[in-house]
Amino acid sequence: MNSYELLQTILFFVVLLALVKPLGSFMARVFQGERTFLSPVLAPCEILIYRISGVKPEDEMGWRRYAGAMLFFNLALFASLFILLLTQHLLPLNPQKVPAFTWQLALNTAVSFTTNTNWQAYAGEQSVSYFTQMAGLAVHNFVSAATGMAIAIAVIRGFVRRKTSMLGNFWVDLSRCTLYILLPISMIFSLALVSQGVIQNFSVYRTMPLIQATSQVKPRFDDQGAQFKDAKGNPVVESVSVKEVQIPMGPVASQEAIKELGTNGGGFFNANSAHPFENPTPVSNFIEILLILLIPGALTYTFGVMVGNTRQGWALLGVMLLILITAFGVLQWAESSGNPLVARQGVQSINMEGKEVRNGLAGSNLFTVATTGTSCGAVNSMHDSLTPIGGMIPLSLILLGEIIFGGVGSGLYTMLAFAIIAVFVSGLMIGRTPEYLGKKIEVREMWMSILIILTAGVTVLILSGIAMITPQAVASMANPGVHGLSEVLYGLASMSNNNGSAFAGLNANVNFYNLSGSLAMTIGRYIPAVAVLAMAGSLAEKKYIPPSLGTLPTDKVPFALWLTLVILIVGALTFFPALALGPIVEHLMMVG
Amino acid sequence: MKDIKPAIMMLLVFTVICGGIYPALVTGIAQAIFPRQANGSLISDTNGKVVGSALIGQPFSDPKYFWPRPSATAEFGYNPAASGGSNAGPTNPAYLRTVGERVKTLRDTGVTGQVPADLVQASASGLDPHISPEAALLQIPRVAVARGIDREKLHKIVNDSIEDRQFGFIGSPRVNVLVLNLELARL
Repeated sequence: MNSYELLQTILFFVVLLALVKPLGSFMARVFQGERTFLSPVLAPCEILIYRISGVKPEDEMGWRRYAGAMLFFNLALFASLFILLLTQHLLPLNPQKVPAFTWQLALNTAVSFTTNTNWQAYAGEQSVSYFTQMAGLAVHNFVSAATGMAIAIAVIRGFVRRKTSMLGNFWVDLSRCTLYILLPISMIFSLALVSQGVIQNFSVYRTMPLIQATSQVKPRFDDQGAQFKDAKGNPVVESVSVKEVQIPMGPVASQEAIKELGTNGGGFFNANSAHPFENPTPVSNFIEILLILLIPGALTYTFGVMVGNTRQGWALLGVMLLILITAFGVLQWAESSGNPLVARQGVQSINMEGKEVRNGLAGSNLFTVATTGTSCGAVNSMHDSLTPIGGMIPLSLILLGEIIFGGVGSGLYTMLAFAIIAVFVSGLMIGRTPEYLGKKIEVREMWMSILIILTAGVTVLILSGIAMITPQAVASMANPGVHGLSEVLYGLASMSNNNGSAFAGLNANVNFYNLSGSLAMTIGRYIPAVAVLAMAGSLAEKKYIPPSLGTLPTDKVPFALWLTLVILIVGALTFFPALALGPIVEHLMMVG
Repeated sequence: MKDIKPAIMMLLVFTVICGGIYPALVTGIAQAIFPRQANGSLISDTNGKVVGSALIGQPFSDPKYFWPRPSATAEFGYNPAASGGSNAGPTNPAYLRTVGERVKTLRDTGVTGQVPADLVQASASGLDPHISPEAALLQIPRVAVARGIDREKLHKIVNDSIEDRQFGFIGSPRVNVLVLNLELARL
């Protein structure tokens, strides 16, 4: 890593950490229903929304009703997008006349955007109308993120409140989150992105002449549309001159900002944030990485404020930073060491396959760890073309359960489940009743924590096993040998953990991945979400136990290190065999 | 059950706000203050005819032009309607052969020494408008011969076309191939 790359990486973390406290305390005010500087403008809108929707904001909900409201809302989200995708050819703002999705792909895509996964088995510029992008995908980007944050806040209330069964009002949390947090930040940063060159228009795609014509090899067809074959039965091809190209357009910036901010990750274009119209300059790249980590980072501070001890939040943030920076270091090392099989042919020894020159190695790698440590899944480089150890980094960050910053909200509540496991295990070792934040950890909390942590992992392993014996799933691999296994493992891990990035060579638009993926995304999102609300419900009913001499302090460095260890051990025990068969074998083959 | 109506109404309300008002507002402001960027950073020739976007690379293979990075877009390289990378894995034999062929093409034009990685490895978008300064400097002898112009003069043009890191330290220095080739056409 050269000194410029080091400098820009350090600056990045300085900026991120500087924003944690102001944004974190602002979010705490929003979720505690206090007035903020935006209230004069937004409070009337908020009241109007409640009136239209028939919501009584002072209504408190127990965990069952909170979870029920969340599920109803998500069901409505799913249904609206599913219908939109099947009927987009009949709807307005479709200048390219794109056709409807098949039902399998529509199912997968609707589940994907509802669950904050944003797995995409289609190419945006060829398959999605502007209307679907805005009224469907962009809306889901906002409210699926707000759903995750609302759940996280309800869980925090579970720790804070005493002897009550009430966790707040889902509709209020959802609305305030979207209005006061997601919309204003997206608004500011989408304009910042436009200033860098991200497009924002409703034009038809522009046809432009090429300065030097190029050629395309096409199969020849006869009048009936059948392919010509030569004597040996091979298709006859012809070279056609290409003199002009079509450059796609669209309202990209407004979507780009919330795509990163809400850790959604669904690209407007197929190449996602590698596309120059989504991410045109090093500064836009910096902004996008910042947006990915911003809310998950600041939420740890919100958590600290709400539980009355900000050091509890910093401890969690410290664990996240430690693992993220280590992962970045390994990835940077792997990619700047390059591929010996390429270097042998007289090429400079760094890996630029699937990367963009303007982002450079550090700008690509920082994006990669940010997008997979959180459940974002946007990409600015192609993970399939990373070196084997390089590719293992994003895969591992996903498999750890999306807690290294994690998805907005979901990262925090999954991390809290890990903290409970860590407290419990250490409690066993020192022979004391485990407590966390003044609440006794008992059988019910442990059951729920295990459900939260293991659901995605078990789903990944079972589905990967099934994929390996399903011919259609195996035929989708783009690269031969062990790398193909990594592609399948990555794809299913990404969907189960609601990340959405891919080893994109995998041909995912086949029934196996569309259908098993829809199942994986649903399980991976809603089982942990309902389990964590159930846990919050039981925590809220407990009384507060003031810390005593025997209480394990969870706001100090030793606990943070212990928590890191627990996370890594759980991850390694679950996934080491699969990683050994994929990336590790491939690395040994490559360095041969 | 009393949450079914809010579920549907909230969906409708936020579809209007996040899917209608928000993008419309962003479009309005963007078109007013950054019209060039919002419409694709298009560049025109001296006659005012639009010849491309400064952000979207174009295919060049003629020796008189600077060559961009390899592109793995569908149908043909640098197809803006089908952005994407090769997704080739690092040990894929077909990929390694392709890199070998690209190195040979460069060697055939007289390139010696180590080849910059970006010139033989495909970009993520397939539309990368840039190459590294090393990859541009390496092509000067070929372009100078093909155009019959002085190497020193060409060297100066290439050097002038290098875009620095933003604020002096963010990103990598780079050369926009389309912009550079348009510059040459103006000679």
